[in-house]
Amino acid sequence: MIYFDQSATSLWKPEGVAGAIQHALQTGGNAGRGAHGASLASGRMDFKVRRQVAGFFGAPDPAHVIFTSGATESLNIALFGLVEAGDHVVTTWLEHNSVLRPLYALEDRGVALSIVSPRTDRTVRPVSVEDLRAVVRPATKVIAVTHASNVLGLVHDIRAIGEFCADRGILLVVDASQTAGLLPINVAETGIACLCCSAHKSLLGPQGLGAMILGRGVRPSPLLFGGTGADSFARSMPESLPERYEAGTLNTPGIAGLGAAMDYIEGYGIGNLHAEAMRLAELFYQGAIAIPGLAVYGGDPGNSTQARIPVVALNVGDRGSGEVADALWQSAEIAVRPGAHCAPLVHKALQTVSQGMVRFSFSHKNTEQEVGRALRVLEELAEEGHGGGR
Amino acid sequence: MADRQLQLVVAFLSTADAMAFEDAARESGLPGRLIPVPTQITEGCGLAWKTDCHERQRVVRLLETNGLHGARLVELELLR
Repeated sequence: MIYFDQSATSLWKPEGVAGAIQHALQTGGNAGRGAHGASLASGRMDFKVRRQVAGFFGAPDPAHVIFTSGATESLNIALFGLVEAGDHVVTTWLEHNSVLRPLYALEDRGVALSIVSPRTDRTVRPVSVEDLRAVVRPATKVIAVTHASNVLGLVHDIRAIGEFCADRGILLVVDASQTAGLLPINVAETGIACLCCSAHKSLLGPQGLGAMILGRGVRPSPLLFGGTGADSFARSMPESLPERYEAGTLNTPGIAGLGAAMDYIEGYGIGNLHAEAMRLAELFYQGAIAIPGLAVYGGDPGNSTQARIPVVALNVGDRGSGEVADALWQSAEIAVRPGAHCAPLVHKALQTVSQGMVRFSFSHKNTEQEVGRALRVLEELAEEGHGGGR
Repeated sequence: MADRQLQLVVAFLSTADAMAFEDAARESGLPGRLIPVPTQITEGCGLAWKTDCHERQRVVRLLETNGLHGARLVELELLR
């Protein structure tokens, strides 16, 4: 198999991940539920990785790292916990439904929502501070942005947006699903209120785990209510972090796996992981734009004026993206993602609602040979679309 | 009959605080260990650190230097 679906989940995991999961599964008790050896073993593992995540993302301290089931849960806690009726929220055309759907639900409850979209000339670019300046109001409570588009690979300048938010007392919620483990992020330096990410994409950990990293002093209302292992007779969730947001048993095997994955990332170097994947994305992009009949979206990932992630989306003539993805799989076992990628506004803006797009997303474990093979198959598919000739 | 002795118990606000304190205690050589929080301190559950009463000053210093706020220090007769 040639795996070009890193943006959906990382298939390749560092060597220590499976072993760490298995060890935790077979030796760990329920963290925070007693002081016997098995419970403490899990508690110690959770705390070790909490501290690791805090250091990696510049959290105020380990207690500000909240473990969740994934980026979607993190974003739901952040958005439902920070915003209430009467508030105004700003988001962007590049968002995933994990941001949009909570915001639409909040809109139904009386929250005003502005979605910053590209200009009508179909310019493909991330949202800028100037775009945001044009829509913020005195009632703007939160700006929610994806760090990078999961379809087009465009990257928002969250440092500039963070400064903009800090100047106005606006809370910045960042969906880092596509960038955590790929681009450096520092919560404290960027002024992020809630950083939301999953463990299983570029952090190379297991599925079913994510994190919400809170900025100092940021306290959303809890989304989940339940047992925390402490203060059991209180009717409400504890004020203390991270328990306030961690009702129920933690996924300690997953957390152990994430710790092992982050050991690998820290050893390999996040800059190296990004650069190696980007080199392959650029190679693929240059090959793809040279094939007649292909529409390639999002611009040149090698454009040095704009940070990017290693994602290239395209279409082959007017063929449906699902049909193309299936042909890639059936003919060469090339795994890609067709459809709308849960990012409806991107497709509305680029007029690909009915066709979708075929997304290729790369990791440092892909090779030039794999890129070349994919380009050859795409060329054949494009030729088929033209009746076998050019 | 089990031997009881007056002990210093540090009850934490969160499991994360308890784990952070355990790390700090081990690094600094503070004796003691984590125990279920005694019901004399709080009803329900949670974690606490049990150590000798004469270690109070070291405990306070460790709590401060590690930013672990809100812990309760209580002296109790406990099983050794």
